[in-house]
Amino acid sequence: MMDFLTHDLLQLSDSAVRNAIPLLLACLAGLYSERAGIFDIGLEGKMLVAAFAAGAFSAIAGMPAYDGGWGMGAWSVWIGLAAAIIASIAFSMIHAFASITLRGNQLISGVAINFFAAGITVLIGQHWFRMGGQTPQLREGQRFEAINLPFAESLKDVPVVGDIYYQLISGHNIIVYLGFIIVALTWWVLYRTRFGLRMRAVGENPGAVDTAGISVVKLRYSALIIAGILCGLAGAYLSLGTAAAGFGKDMTAGRGFIALAALIFAKWKPLSAMGATLLFGMLEAIGNKYQTVDLGFIVLPGQFMQALPYILTVVILAGFVGKAIPPKAGGEPYVKER
Amino acid sequence: MNKNLPKWVDLGLIPLLTLLLAFAVSGLVVLSIGQDPIEVVKVMVNGALCNPATNSSCFSGIGHTLYFTTNFIFTGLAVAVAFHARLFNIGGEGQAGIAGVGVALVMLSYDWPHWSIALVVGTLAAMAFGAAWAAIPAYLQAKRGSHIVITTIMFNLIATAIIGYLLVGPMQAEGSLPESPSFPEAAALPTMHDMFGWFGLAFDKNAPANISFVLAIIAAVLVWVLIWKTRLGYEMRAFGHSEKAAVYAGISPLKITMIAMLLSGALSGLMAVNTVQGEAERLLLGSVEGAGFIGIAVALMGRSHPVGVVLAAFLFGVLTQGGAELQFALGIPAEMITVIQALIIMFTGSLENMVRIPMERIFIRAGKGATS
Repeated sequence: MMDFLTHDLLQLSDSAVRNAIPLLLACLAGLYSERAGIFDIGLEGKMLVAAFAAGAFSAIAGMPAYDGGWGMGAWSVWIGLAAAIIASIAFSMIHAFASITLRGNQLISGVAINFFAAGITVLIGQHWFRMGGQTPQLREGQRFEAINLPFAESLKDVPVVGDIYYQLISGHNIIVYLGFIIVALTWWVLYRTRFGLRMRAVGENPGAVDTAGISVVKLRYSALIIAGILCGLAGAYLSLGTAAAGFGKDMTAGRGFIALAALIFAKWKPLSAMGATLLFGMLEAIGNKYQTVDLGFIVLPGQFMQALPYILTVVILAGFVGKAIPPKAGGEPYVKER
Repeated sequence: MNKNLPKWVDLGLIPLLTLLLAFAVSGLVVLSIGQDPIEVVKVMVNGALCNPATNSSCFSGIGHTLYFTTNFIFTGLAVAVAFHARLFNIGGEGQAGIAGVGVALVMLSYDWPHWSIALVVGTLAAMAFGAAWAAIPAYLQAKRGSHIVITTIMFNLIATAIIGYLLVGPMQAEGSLPESPSFPEAAALPTMHDMFGWFGLAFDKNAPANISFVLAIIAAVLVWVLIWKTRLGYEMRAFGHSEKAAVYAGISPLKITMIAMLLSGALSGLMAVNTVQGEAERLLLGSVEGAGFIGIAVALMGRSHPVGVVLAAFLFGVLTQGGAELQFALGIPAEMITVIQALIIMFTGSLENMVRIPMERIFIRAGKGATS
């Protein structure tokens, strides 16, 4: 039992954190846009295009000049990150233009963005690298490396606390730590700043915000820019911060939808979003580690673990376990009264 | 739809312009990957419709195009029916997948003596399983107010997991491939080749198009009758226009939501008759291949009208088959079609106002000028 706790559980928790980070960042992206009253089912697409931009530009920037690259060495990974954020914001702005300016259907826009990302990443990837839609394998300097926190090595042998510190808390890359910082930041922005208050208001009652002389359009655009940045980080993490070390066709694999599920699960709150994505990350970790899960009275197939986040989301949505009430003005285009 | 605009503008000009915009941007994408758009169109049209250079493959192209068209008619009608009741069913993918399971279960459970019986049984199974997979999201939407878009997305993903489980577990054929055993030989549906043969006509032997195409056309006619010629269809449209007014008129939201979604699920499910029963003759992993999602584009482009849906489905059939040819002829990945599809959804769906607002300005001004 002790062995399970110190070894297996720690290992599972460690992969849970790794799995949770892209979900968490995408979930927070969704939080900003949905709290501002814009449905965002295009998280998947934004993350995917960001993952591609990160993988592609980090590869190109890191390639030596005689190979047609930019020979930027250790800077490459940052070029990749910047490209991811820019690409994701661009997609977010298409969504903003369709949903806010043109007052089009936000769900349809999201669907279109997901497909556009799925197609364009492979087309351009194939055109640039001729590797069947993949980007070249990234080397040192082109990807995010694990950061060893201070004293991790020396505390390694201390029982429990040392194990947890060394295995679970230390040794992740910068995006992981950034992700948790952004949770706190989001909480602060949402509940302690004027912008956050206005953003929440615009998702509930845009008419009131407009009456107060604040621009609904500007607020919603800002929210979607933030969502773009966060999806950019999530995508960059996938191609630059995981063992994949590069972009692969359809590498988000439904994470945008799990993030959406987590957002509902978390009832559109930042701290709960962290809890929900860690839970879903843990389910993924269990599903990856064990083919089947034997609970003694029933044996669950691995696919059940894979489907569990979705099943839980439906249960939550159905309101059987605490009702999830979305922002009131979500999905409705705002038409200024004349 | 819109009282301000003449009908031909609303139903003809605006869809045409948005489609042209989508194609124009697709052309730019083609240019950006270093290819010639004209050449791409040529290859696609030749591949999808007829190839004069190699006359033998002429029917092969059409046979594949009609096969895909059949899928898209079903999924397009499915989205369209739900749209009429202002429900957005993005669950076609899962509904068609689960319907495939239903078809496979029924086909494998009994040694069906003749294809005609198998067709009836398969059709019923596909509809029942497709409808069942839509039932829970529909009920939750009507009764508990859970957003149907989210629940149907979740149900797509759950369906993928279930099918994945079944095909490496209980339903797996002997061997290591994730697929079910083959269906009884006698249950094989007639292909276009067989059907043309009944009339002494020739058609490519290997093309996958089969009798399901006829089924799809019948479904389109029935949907037209339902939506525009029956009381139920009227209630669905009334509910879609204004839930409040519909409730005031004594229409039950629960009833309409359930019926619209069950029908929608059944229509998506019918696709399995074409793919699982007609073509593969066994259940394969990923047999829906995104057709459920293409249904969204088809319904949007076809303005949720059965005639429009059939035409749009054919266009997407051409695109899908032509896209496969692009890979052979020019080495362009099949994802080109995903991009075109996305752009069509974008321009005819979410960005439609980009065309509509200027059109309204022009025609309302012209209209005022004429009356004053």
